[in-house]
Amino acid sequence: MIPDFEIQGTTLRIHLPRELDHPAADSIRKESDKIMGRNYIRRIVFDFSDTAFMDSSGIGLIMGRYRALGMRAGCMSAVCVNRRMERLLRLGGMRRYMSIQENENGTGIQEGSTE
Amino acid sequence: MKNTNEMKIIFDSRPVNEGLARVTVAAFCTQMNPTLEEVADLKTAVSEAVTNCIIHGYEGEVRKIEMVCRQRERELTVDITDHGVGITDIEKAMEPLYTTKPDAERSGMGFTFMEAFMDEVSVVSEPGQGTTVHMKKIIGRQ
Repeated sequence: MIPDFEIQGTTLRIHLPRELDHPAADSIRKESDKIMGRNYIRRIVFDFSDTAFMDSSGIGLIMGRYRALGMRAGCMSAVCVNRRMERLLRLGGMRRYMSIQENENGTGIQEGSTE
Repeated sequence: MKNTNEMKIIFDSRPVNEGLARVTVAAFCTQMNPTLEEVADLKTAVSEAVTNCIIHGYEGEVRKIEMVCRQRERELTVDITDHGVGITDIEKAMEPLYTTKPDAERSGMGFTFMEAFMDEVSVVSEPGQGTTVHMKKIIGRQ
């Protein structure tokens, strides 16, 4: 369940684990803090392609990264987000802070399609 | 009464047991024939309640968490109890985005998630004595 971190230029891509809960969020926070201390990171992409479970610890993690990036518009995005995860991100108010995409290429999730 | 069932488990307040608790509840409700959505709802709500016991109730100290699951026909109730610090202002604690631990990157969305995914959530707490979160969900409505 160790997540992958990939740096492309000034973008950090975090491949989230299957279960994004409190212990997983803690370990991702520590590692991404380390990476952001050593590299110039302006943007984070959260890759949800393997993620089947999330609770509010995941929301806390994302909000914390947003603060760490200086709370700039467009500094984060979530990709490969399934319906369930989209519902959780929406409930957590995350649409205010980042784009949430169903796939890699920016196709948004349709409104009202999650219930 | 037919179709009743009950389970109680007691486990250490270690973060690794958040996964144990939610998988156990998912297994308990299997015989109620839940949809995948209902199982996912339950798992998220249980994870929130157990995380609260660990982070807030016991503040990282390793003690015991009790979880009681009861089935009555299509109704599933889950009671999750810690004997930790308790909550002084329950109403405030349940407000969206309210957290006593912003530094630990807690979102303050735990109770909001529980309320979103369960049909009923109530909290009984006594400062210095502990907290019980009582949750109810009707399974098989969809």
